[in-house]
Amino acid sequence: MEQAIYEELAVESRLEIEGLFNEIGKEFKGRADELIPMLQRVQRALGFLPEQALLEIARLTRLSTARVFGTATFYAQFRFQPVGRNVIRVCRGTACHVKGSDRILEDIKGHLQVAPGQMTRDGLFTIETVACFGSCALAPIMVVNDSVYGSLKRSRALKLLDEIRVREEGLLM
Amino acid sequence: MSTMIPATDRKKAGTMSLMINGKKIKALKGMTVLEAALGASVYIPTLCYDPDLKPYGACRLCLVEIEGMRGIVSSCTTPAVDGMVIRTDTPMVNLARRAALELILVNHHGDCLTCTKNQRCELQKVAQYLGIEQENLDKLRKGTQILPVDKSHPAFDRDHNKCLLCGRCVQACEEIAAVGAIDLAFRGYATKVSTFGDKPIHDSICVSCGECISRCPTGALVPKHYIQPTDHVKTICPYCGVGCSIYLGIRGNEIVDVQGAKESPVNKGGLCVKGRYGLDFVNHQDRLTRPLIRKEGVPKNVSTTDIHQIFREADWNEVLDRMAQDIGLTIDRHGPDAIGLLSSAKCTNEDNYLFQKFARAVLHTNNVDHCARLCHASTVAAALAAFGDGAMSNSISDIDQAEVLFVIGSNTTECHPIIGRRIKRAIKNNGAKLIVADPRRIELCDMAEIHLDHFPGTDVALLNGMMRQIVEENLHDQTFIAKRCEEFEPFLESLNGYDLKTVDAITGVAGEKIRQSGLLFGKAKKAIVLYGMGITQHTTGTDNVKAIANLLMLTGNLGRKGTGFSPLRGQNNVQGACDMGALPVVYPGYQRVDHPGVREKFEKAWGKNLNEKPGITITEMVQAAYEGQLKALYVMGENPMLSEPDLNHVREALARLELLIVQDIFLTETAQMADVILPATSFAEKDGTFTNTERRVQRVRKAIDPPGEARPDWEIIAEISKRLGYPMDYQSSAEIMDEIARLTPIYGGINHDRLGRGGLQWPCWDKKHTGTPILHKGQFTRGRGKFHVVLDRPPAELPTFAYPILLTTGRILEHWHTGSMSHRSHVLETLAPESRVEINPVDASRLGIVEGDVISLSSCRGAIQTKVKKTHRVRPGQAFMAFHWKEAPANRLTNPAFDLQAKIPEFKVSSVKAILTVLERAVEDNKFLTALAENPAGVLASYDLTPEHRKALVDGDIASLEKWVGPLEERLQMWLKVRLKQENISEK
Repeated sequence: MEQAIYEELAVESRLEIEGLFNEIGKEFKGRADELIPMLQRVQRALGFLPEQALLEIARLTRLSTARVFGTATFYAQFRFQPVGRNVIRVCRGTACHVKGSDRILEDIKGHLQVAPGQMTRDGLFTIETVACFGSCALAPIMVVNDSVYGSLKRSRALKLLDEIRVREEGLLM
Repeated sequence: MSTMIPATDRKKAGTMSLMINGKKIKALKGMTVLEAALGASVYIPTLCYDPDLKPYGACRLCLVEIEGMRGIVSSCTTPAVDGMVIRTDTPMVNLARRAALELILVNHHGDCLTCTKNQRCELQKVAQYLGIEQENLDKLRKGTQILPVDKSHPAFDRDHNKCLLCGRCVQACEEIAAVGAIDLAFRGYATKVSTFGDKPIHDSICVSCGECISRCPTGALVPKHYIQPTDHVKTICPYCGVGCSIYLGIRGNEIVDVQGAKESPVNKGGLCVKGRYGLDFVNHQDRLTRPLIRKEGVPKNVSTTDIHQIFREADWNEVLDRMAQDIGLTIDRHGPDAIGLLSSAKCTNEDNYLFQKFARAVLHTNNVDHCARLCHASTVAAALAAFGDGAMSNSISDIDQAEVLFVIGSNTTECHPIIGRRIKRAIKNNGAKLIVADPRRIELCDMAEIHLDHFPGTDVALLNGMMRQIVEENLHDQTFIAKRCEEFEPFLESLNGYDLKTVDAITGVAGEKIRQSGLLFGKAKKAIVLYGMGITQHTTGTDNVKAIANLLMLTGNLGRKGTGFSPLRGQNNVQGACDMGALPVVYPGYQRVDHPGVREKFEKAWGKNLNEKPGITITEMVQAAYEGQLKALYVMGENPMLSEPDLNHVREALARLELLIVQDIFLTETAQMADVILPATSFAEKDGTFTNTERRVQRVRKAIDPPGEARPDWEIIAEISKRLGYPMDYQSSAEIMDEIARLTPIYGGINHDRLGRGGLQWPCWDKKHTGTPILHKGQFTRGRGKFHVVLDRPPAELPTFAYPILLTTGRILEHWHTGSMSHRSHVLETLAPESRVEINPVDASRLGIVEGDVISLSSCRGAIQTKVKKTHRVRPGQAFMAFHWKEAPANRLTNPAFDLQAKIPEFKVSSVKAILTVLERAVEDNKFLTALAENPAGVLASYDLTPEHRKALVDGDIASLEKWVGPLEERLQMWLKVRLKQENISEK
């Protein structure tokens, strides 16, 4: 298991967390059984669970910080590292594998220069793998944020990523 | 099916009978099957079971068969029912147990022979019982991960490779210590016991109490240096006033292990970091082993630490003869009241009794006092006036019964950790509500309903404000007031001035919060006020305590279980030292020296005429020494050179004494100024009794021999007394206690042999009396409880332009008072090696100070240097510092102004200024830096700057600046850059 290692947060994200918890304070009652919904709420807003946020949740729920951390690390859905603006999930189920999803993944890894679970340096992408999406008829599958791309060809996969990059950089300019 | 009943309530529930392995047994209702079996001496293997913890059912070894239930069940989580038929040792049960154990063993790394737990390991014991075959283990896939051992903590190591994930440590941390520093984290094969963020334990919120270490079944959590003790002696912890019972593990003449005594009603086996890991000072090489005499002509203010240059060793006879002679001379020349005696809240009741007897009967003076003057003198004065007894009214265990706990001016989790965790458990388990009033955001605030962060020194206004709300809402207990109290009307009238708006303005706390806390406290049927030095160490200390007494009487929270007045006493035996009359105005048992009948009784018992004039207090002794009226001071086990306020003044005062005798276990800062030093014994080397904060007199037992020629305090006193013509022939400390019992009504029934189990709480009138857990039942000790009119007054010193920061002082978890003990404990000193002043980040950034910087703090009385800790625990404009360090003695800064009634100094409020030490050094001869350091941002705007200067300043061009102001240290360069930015000057 990769250890959750936190770095000192930048000032902006500190303010962002403060703002978020102002809202969370209104949305929740602060009961202990709201822990998991709160963790999900934070992850939806920030993309991951920074240390500061876990401490705030512990304060609100009056659970110990270790309990909050223990619970969060139990679930595969929670992340402790920042996540890119676009999450690319490549299906590694049997059907997709037979249809060549391993090569698609290799291509993407090479193209973005990161391993699954990691974020690209520019913060644009995070790649993940999934055991099975349950849409095997469409194999091989890649999911970009909430959009599903089925019967995917290798060349199309990389093109998709480049399109996203162009779009995002265009927005930045 | 019946449910499980907490162990404490079971006796009421009755018994039941069960059949275990064909034998009929009796068990208490509410027990689990496991508890019933263990109670009947039927062994069931377990790894996760601990009688102090809630059943958890993790290890799957306590499996049993129960008739009528399907399959096999875990006995630790199954409630026993009358008539149950249970089998604990069938082939099916053992097969299932073995399977569970094999899975544990195959993942357990480690070599038993080199393991600290070898032969004390519960896993070994279970494996032996069940019989494990290598063949079966070989069939299983072995664990492959090797995890690093966490060696970050000075007291213990955490080896995950030997961890079974039984969860006992996690439960102990949550349920016993109420901390929650660890929990099971991650998932599946990767599951492990982890701190928050999986950081080393030293960087977590762990409070080092060691409850987990004492409960780990294997070698996963072990002390760093374990030596198996060969003997155990039960005694009392020498640190704080909680008075935890401990077992000292002894090997040779050394304390090698400390365990809490489970049978103690005070701590129930629990200990804090000081009790468990802080007792190695006893065997420290710095212990005094021979009497020392100051060499001829060595001045008092010599600054060397090489004791051989200052002192020479002497034998006991020489020292005692010389002391007797010098004391005799002082009395002949200046009279008995030219001598002062400081007794010790660290010593036993017997030592204290004899010391004050020595002062009164032998020296003919009442000038005997001790450090209660510096902590709870105001409590004693105020509570005697209001209730007639100066002590805690109820017992520590009453915390479990209360609906509301009001903690004011006490950082309980650090200063009285075992009471602190009791408060936390009462909130978690019993739903008690907590109100905290403290200028700092202390740990307890996290669990509080309301935190009142009032300005230091505004307690009276805060409490009066709360009480007015209680009265306005008609929540006061009119029956209680009418039947049991007096002088209510004038008090009621005095609350008129304390409307919310006024109180808000005085205390800085929002009126609504004050109102809410008044309502919460007023509505509670049972409420306790717990307080500490935050209340007492003020020029208004006595008034503060009287206000607390008023609050309790107003709401009828006295004389019943779950209520009460709870001053948390600091030292292990400060209650006892007060009880024994180590105070200038009273004989043992608070019998006044100026009462003729009382004096006559003591004159008869001691066979001497006694001085009727009340003596002077510590604070007055220091002043008298300074002014030359006090010529000699005999100090037993106290260290005024660090504990008194305004240390520069104290140093001068002690230097002016003709004779300073210090009796101690270490060469303290006070001893360094002494003429004669007498080596005494520590708590572990003598017999006697300590009285804890709840008035519980408990036995202290000799565990090891004293080092060198050190002798018990009472023996030393008896020896001097003999040489001054008053023989004190006691054979043992028990004999002294018998004399105490004869002369002290509240100790009338105390006798060493009666204190065996849990001690006795005074008043204990006679040999048949079983002690008094609750005072003021039915009526107050003085008859009627007396309301006092108390009006708020500001502290003696308030922040000024020159000294803008308000400093409060106190203690931290890892150290003890002046540190002569705790600095000599390896674990405590490693955990907290240096002094840190807490300042708010707002002040820090204004002053250009970053975490870990060394800064100079100064008041108009003195200056010190210390490191900085930036924290939101203190409000902007305030700072907090502990007084444990001789290198940074906080009391050089504190204000000696004292409460006129109790003579307690105002340690809690002094005005200081802070500046980076490098900057302070630099500004001495540098006008430019002085201007920047002393003035607010924008000061340079008024300067007539050349374009060249201006450019350098705007650019932060240090090289150019150095040309004009001289070389600057690196830290100073950084400071200057930050400071120049604040100036906001432009280039033109």
